[in-house]
Amino acid sequence: MTEASAPAGGGMGGMSVNATALVGSGGGWRQQLVGTAIAVVLGLVVGALLILLSSALSEEGFDPRLPFTAYGALLEGSLGSIRGIGNTLNATTPLILTGLSVAFAFRAGLFNIGAGGQFYVGAFVAAVVGAWIGLPFPLLLLLALFMGFIGGGAWGFIPGALKAWRGAHEVVVTIMLNSIAALGLNLLASTWFKDPAASFPRTPDVHPEAVLPILVEGTKMHAGIIVALIAAVVVWFVLFKSTLGFEIRTTGANPNAARYAGIRPAFITVLTMSIAGGLAGLAGAVEILGITKNYPAEYNSTYGFDGIAVALLGRVHPFGVVGAALLFGILRSGAGAMQRATNIPIDIIFIVQGSIILFVAAEPFLRKSFRSRRRKTPHAAAPAGSAA
Amino acid sequence: MTQSAAQPPGGAEPVAPTPARLPPALAMRSITKQFPGVLANDHIDLDVRPGEIHALLGENGAGKSTLMNILYGLVQPDEGEVLIDDEVVRITGPANAIARGIGMVHQHFMLVPVFTVTENIVLGDETMANPVVLDTKKADGQIRALAAQFGFQIDPGARVGDLSVGIQQRVEILKALYRGARILILDEPTAVLTPQETVEIFAVLRRLAAEGTSIVFISHKLYEVLAIADRITVIRRGRVVGEADPKTATEEDLAEMMVGREVSLTVEKGPATPGNVVLAVDGLTVADDRRSVVVQDCSFEVRAGEILGIAGVAGNGQAELVEAIVGLRRAASGSTDLAGTDVTNHSVRELTERGLAYIPGDRQRFGLVLSYPVDDNLILTDYYKQPYSRFGVLNERAISARAEELIPAFDIRTPSATVSASTLSGGNQQKVIVAREFSRDVTLLVADQPTRGLDVGSIEFIHKQIVAKRDAGAAVLLVSAELDEIMELSDRIAVMYRGRLVATLDAAGAEKERVGLIMATGQAGGPDEESAA
Amino acid sequence: MSAVTAAVPKGRVRISRGWAITLGVTLGLLALLVVLGYGPAIVDLVEWFIEFLLTRPYIILGFAVPIAYGALCGLMNERSGVVNVGIEGMILSSAFTGFLVAAYLHPVIGDVPAALVGVLVAVLTSMLLSALHAWLSITVMADQIISGTVINIIAIGATAYFNQLLISTSDVTGAPTMQGLGLPEGLADVPIIGPLLNAVFGQGPIQTSLIFAVIFMQFMLFRSRWGLRTRAVGEHPKAADTVGINVIRTRYRNVILGGAFAGLAGAYLTLESVGSFQDQMTAGVGFIALAALIFGRYTPFGALGAALLFGGARTLGQAVQIDAPPGQIGEWIASWPAQIFGMFPYILTIVVLAGVVGKAIPPAADGIPYDKEAN
Repeated sequence: MTEASAPAGGGMGGMSVNATALVGSGGGWRQQLVGTAIAVVLGLVVGALLILLSSALSEEGFDPRLPFTAYGALLEGSLGSIRGIGNTLNATTPLILTGLSVAFAFRAGLFNIGAGGQFYVGAFVAAVVGAWIGLPFPLLLLLALFMGFIGGGAWGFIPGALKAWRGAHEVVVTIMLNSIAALGLNLLASTWFKDPAASFPRTPDVHPEAVLPILVEGTKMHAGIIVALIAAVVVWFVLFKSTLGFEIRTTGANPNAARYAGIRPAFITVLTMSIAGGLAGLAGAVEILGITKNYPAEYNSTYGFDGIAVALLGRVHPFGVVGAALLFGILRSGAGAMQRATNIPIDIIFIVQGSIILFVAAEPFLRKSFRSRRRKTPHAAAPAGSAA
Repeated sequence: MTQSAAQPPGGAEPVAPTPARLPPALAMRSITKQFPGVLANDHIDLDVRPGEIHALLGENGAGKSTLMNILYGLVQPDEGEVLIDDEVVRITGPANAIARGIGMVHQHFMLVPVFTVTENIVLGDETMANPVVLDTKKADGQIRALAAQFGFQIDPGARVGDLSVGIQQRVEILKALYRGARILILDEPTAVLTPQETVEIFAVLRRLAAEGTSIVFISHKLYEVLAIADRITVIRRGRVVGEADPKTATEEDLAEMMVGREVSLTVEKGPATPGNVVLAVDGLTVADDRRSVVVQDCSFEVRAGEILGIAGVAGNGQAELVEAIVGLRRAASGSTDLAGTDVTNHSVRELTERGLAYIPGDRQRFGLVLSYPVDDNLILTDYYKQPYSRFGVLNERAISARAEELIPAFDIRTPSATVSASTLSGGNQQKVIVAREFSRDVTLLVADQPTRGLDVGSIEFIHKQIVAKRDAGAAVLLVSAELDEIMELSDRIAVMYRGRLVATLDAAGAEKERVGLIMATGQAGGPDEESAA
Repeated sequence: MSAVTAAVPKGRVRISRGWAITLGVTLGLLALLVVLGYGPAIVDLVEWFIEFLLTRPYIILGFAVPIAYGALCGLMNERSGVVNVGIEGMILSSAFTGFLVAAYLHPVIGDVPAALVGVLVAVLTSMLLSALHAWLSITVMADQIISGTVINIIAIGATAYFNQLLISTSDVTGAPTMQGLGLPEGLADVPIIGPLLNAVFGQGPIQTSLIFAVIFMQFMLFRSRWGLRTRAVGEHPKAADTVGINVIRTRYRNVILGGAFAGLAGAYLTLESVGSFQDQMTAGVGFIALAALIFGRYTPFGALGAALLFGGARTLGQAVQIDAPPGQIGEWIASWPAQIFGMFPYILTIVVLAGVVGKAIPPAADGIPYDKEAN
């Protein structure tokens, strides 16, 4: 078996992600939690400022309490009722899975911006399997979920292979594949897989045996959340307790040392991207089998992209991802209620999301400058050794 | 290996230093600099006369580079002052230093490989045809003239990345001279030069000094310092421990000043008792990352119980040779045999399972995962084996137990087994690697620059470990750019030049100058008129 | 650094096996088709294609404009050693703000002034976002890909939000689009040269200025002092530092100035190409711009060439829909669904990145934050 020396300089050199830089070498997880919480608060503040701005521009006149009303409505809508909680968990589920997808890839030093395209592919495959194959429940459901994972995995395999064997950087390749997936699946859903009876181009509804069961009567909360939580535990176990996880993390931390340790970086790259793709594909499958029940040709979802924000906010750790996904799930499911109550466009939550990530990214720097300012005061606790 | 400073290399006549009553061109008084955790400079005094070559001698980490960085404005001192021509000055940055006539040639060249010689030299002080456009032709001419003034030729349009290390260094010196440097700082200038190139650069330096340039020569190489300097200042742990006169001082004197105790410059080593051939390399040809052939048809053997040292100036293919043997780089042709089995281009893991121990030349690149804790680093190559891993799951208790064993056994100074390896000093990081590699059943030990950048204590420790492995029956392949290390440890010496093994000799009768000459010329048959430039 | 054989000469494209194989396969296919009797169909197709090339340069160049300007933005970043994947977000934001300002102003101060102010605002928007990226990448030393992604996320959200708030719900009609001065009578009809002149000079000002911007940047990058220092900072910042060049300031300045190019790309989309704004209308053009930069070996001329290639692929798709090529093969191509043509640029980008057509080596210090204290 040959050890190929790493391809030199192909693609965008220097664009490799340092997973450890994301996780942060400074401070334990408690310190990171504080930092994350501050970032979230700051992001919400940005949102509040924008709300105030929109209030100032509106015809009703300036209402300084509008941010509170708005956030109140958001919380009320997302957590104030069983139905709301159901919707929140439904929104959280795909975010957990795409967040896991991106975080998993990050650990190997790979940037999976392609979670969106993998999501679509997984969704489509699940829709087709669920609509065309006849099997009893729960077999059909499990098969559709599984095939969704496989479909996404195949779509993740491509950039993994291109990176491992041609040195093509996965950032641009996956973005291109996102568009190719959207266009290609659009084509398929409008032609060969089209439901002839439907009013707009889409695949036929999946059989009832493939639908994710509702967990709580009277809500739309479906069993996808269980799938997502199981996935989070599995990913945690694989990453931190298994030999494979050791190999993945080592590859991400120092690919050269990994090679010396006998790990084959090409293999890890391809495997990691495939698994990451599978997780995103599973997210798509869950969405189809739990919510839409078919694949619309013009399907447009931001869950893939949001997975990046969730992974970063969750500090690239499976349990952090769950927490971050819940936060964004709350934002997302409550946004509709907020818009109804206050007329504020739901797109504001994307701004909040982006700002939170901004503050997370800037956090080590802010912490350092904050600390150096505090050192001037006599009773500041000076930690031993330098900061991160 | 002691040698008296019998004759300055190059055979040039020593230039008489300027009389002591002239005011110093450069004086640094009471310079102090504190970094987090270490007092790099502790009230250091230094003065350099015009036209003097003043050597600054000290171990790695003694504070020499910091002092010079302060002089060059890269770092600001906490206390103390700098005087140029008896006037106190504040050097705010490199641009300021250059304006005051201070030039610095760094140990790691500050040259842009894709730029031409001219572009590198004029960068920052460009010759302009008009406020926007460069005047390359004029600059070319100026540089040619400048080089000629100091007796050497240079092609201004050559791409620096293609030039040899010796020529690159001259480009660096020209860079300083182009800006009118009167005080020239050279940081470990001979670290990457062959003995022949060292002779040449010493001639250039003497010429510069004769024209009145003051030169500060930082080094830890005793023999050279005695050969070139007019005065020597020795620094240890951030303090000046004394001055030495090269006319009277010996290497032992200097070494003692540098480390503060009697240091034996030779390692205790009994004779070798070579057994069977363990490593047989035949016709190995290897290409580098840019697809040029850097190892050409190399063949050699290493037997159990002997140390074969491969000498050669860095950059002649040794790194790639080692990587190919170890399995980290593809060999284009040829074969590698380990204990009779062909392992050419086989995986690293297969080799380590067959008893390979590898100390990589770049420890932070191949040897350690800096962000991992010490215990994970200690099992980095064994993680997949029982007991560290069972059915694909890691066994953390076994890993901790292993660390508890190895840390005291190899004297690794670390607060605990779970701190990240990045917090350890260079010497301790190397000990982690040694602990991991040596605690295997070693048939073949490949050590590439095993003591680069380490303090004297760690160097001694590792040399002892290597000899112990040899005596336990391992075959040892030692690759080092430090000729002294090769001469000390090897039982047989091979010389690598431009990708070929050009000579193999027994260490017992070998003379350092002869080996150095072979390293520089590639001619094994004896001295030759042709010198490699 | 090896003392052995010479390294790859500067700037040379390595003619790889990839090219040879691609060429060989293509020729082989053609030969096969001729043998099978499709000769005349091929001739028809080629004729149609030549006609296409001669009459549509202005469309090709039109599609290439945002890509090429985006690539110039990327050039300023990457050559200085900063990776920028946020070009997409910058172009989108600029497209929006330029549109917003011009749409509100044009009933007040007239079409042309409003459009010009819009362009100015667009440029300033991207420069501001570039400043944010610069701060995150250079001072905070956050991962540069994350910084760019943050900008993309915020841009998508903010443009949609403010679009909803300020435009869709108000009675803004649309922004003026800028027209060029137009060519003198009959000049556009001159064979071969005419369409080319029309493409460059007959369209709006941003499109016209592209070719000059590219020539200017090519010259500046390789012949000027600024270019030398910029490249030094991107290849070996420590070396630049030691000769007194301020690495941080150079990087900040270049990144922010590079934003101006992204601003022009955005302004082109809404103020020259179409007079309206749609959510996410950039559709990946910022990423294609990055691919064009890599394909063009990090040089302005190369990036323009790549942009033209990508623009050409897209135009081809449209042309086939509008004016079907004749002949058997032509008709078959015309029957391909629209989505296939839509995919062309993306597939082409992947092919480029897979190194089928040679690898480009980025500046050595690209993506690595400069830490003065580090040794």
